[in-house]
Amino acid sequence: MKTIYFDYAATSPVRNEVFEEIKPYFSSFFGNPSSIYQLGQEAKQAIETARQTVARVLGGRTDEIFFTSCGSESDNWALRGVAEALQQKGNHIITTKIEHHAVLHTAQYLERHGFTVTYLDVDQDGLISLEELEKAITPKTILISVMAANNEIGTLQPLKEIGAIAKRHGVLFHTDAVQAVGHVPLDVEEMQIDLLSLSGHKLGAPKGIGALYIRKGTPIHPFLLGGGQEKKQRAGTENVASIVGLAKAMALAAEEMEEETARLTVLREKLINGLLEKIPHSQVNGHRTKRLPGNCNLSFAFVEGESILMLLDAAGIAASSGSACTSGSLDPSHVLLALGLSHELAHGSVRFTLGLGTTEEEVDYVLEVLPDIVARLREMSPLYEDFMKKTKEETV
Amino acid sequence: MYSQKVMDHFMNPRNMGSLAQPDGVGRVGNAKCGDIMQVELSIQDDVITDAKFKTFGCGAAIATSSMATELVKGKTIQEALQVTNRAVMEALDGLPPVKVHCSLLAEEALHAALWDYAQKNGLEIEGLEAPVEDIGDHH
Ligand SMILES: Cc1ncc(COP(=O)(O)O)c(C=O)c1O
Repeated sequence: MKTIYFDYAATSPVRNEVFEEIKPYFSSFFGNPSSIYQLGQEAKQAIETARQTVARVLGGRTDEIFFTSCGSESDNWALRGVAEALQQKGNHIITTKIEHHAVLHTAQYLERHGFTVTYLDVDQDGLISLEELEKAITPKTILISVMAANNEIGTLQPLKEIGAIAKRHGVLFHTDAVQAVGHVPLDVEEMQIDLLSLSGHKLGAPKGIGALYIRKGTPIHPFLLGGGQEKKQRAGTENVASIVGLAKAMALAAEEMEEETARLTVLREKLINGLLEKIPHSQVNGHRTKRLPGNCNLSFAFVEGESILMLLDAAGIAASSGSACTSGSLDPSHVLLALGLSHELAHGSVRFTLGLGTTEEEVDYVLEVLPDIVARLREMSPLYEDFMKKTKEETV
Repeated sequence: MYSQKVMDHFMNPRNMGSLAQPDGVGRVGNAKCGDIMQVELSIQDDVITDAKFKTFGCGAAIATSSMATELVKGKTIQEALQVTNRAVMEALDGLPPVKVHCSLLAEEALHAALWDYAQKNGLEIEGLEAPVEDIGDHH
């Protein structure tokens, strides 16, 4: 059975155009970019061309782009690198309760090493309050880290306003844009972003390649020590093929963004509205409009996410959930709990993320099979039985 | 991740539903940890003549409820008390480590139903203790 893939926020297939572009770098152009002979210099040239592309797409300068091994590394580096460089100036960092664990766990690590961290609340749609952000700034604040787009609920934060606040107070601004790059417009100048993390595998480039944008002049310590690659800021022989692939994918996404956003938004709305209509006691998680074009996250009362995913899988559909059972812990998603969802509704969440390959037929197929799956699990659910008894009593 | 037996009991659960007039009902777990199990038993002359379950939870929770009810049907109360979480897991060809608590919940739900039966009939069942209110955090 062909998998109907609705998990583009987890990862995406490498695009054909990207695959074709990077193939020669595994064989013909295999040289080490640090070598002085022709073969090495060709690889070096490929990296520098890629760096120009990435810089152009983000609105930054070429010497402000540093390639890393993944989005997690970029996040780790941004937080730890700035914290180390500025610890004489201050020890306070501001972030949010809904960050990816790459940021949250790094922030917790810094807390164990003498830093204080403020974790901003979000409202029921997943948006931070700009007022609270500004109030949280102290003379000791050295960094604000707020994600551009949330990986679970798709909510987009007001980056431009956050950048302005950070600038006004002379605080550095980092954004984890792993889910945003290639999907929504970003401009490090206009948004006054000092550091930006991105990752290739969310936009059709290979896994294991990322980048950190670092505004020129930003105090930051290097993260990986060793050779002199990436201007001595990030050691390690460059992943040439993937760097080329990342740039290609970003260039394509930038070109296609307007059209693809329009296409995906229509499909997303069809999916969300169709599910809300066909499945009683369901709700959307995340902001209805300030949202990634391909993100659809809903909670279905009285049922649990993992069992929904297993029945979807049996129907050939790949999706994900914020239930504890899928995270390997007892607690459901910290993001959904931060929105104020009950544990029950957080356990009953399902995320469908749409991407380049998603078709209307696939959306229709989900709309066809999911209502039956939820109904079937509700039949099994003691919570649904309670609810039905209660409504019956109330109507008698 | 799951054995074929677990998948079978998840996709085709046995004994799902409720009884018109159960002799004992047990419900354990909580929505916080994501699993709630309800077991209903019919008991005649010390023998479990029927068993039904309803479960809110993950695949393993549904499969363990299905298997646990299957294992106790036709057994005497004393025999049913030997149906431990280990027995349920073995019958399912094992569970991933993070799902072991689901099998504990199944055992607890059975015991809670037997306890309810004993309470209603003023009986004392040897080896049966009052159910723990909330075993959600026993992991
Ligand atoms: C918001 C966000 N940040 C960081 C990451 C980590 O990226 P990577 O998988 O490249 O380490 C992800 C990917 O899941 C993400 O969604």
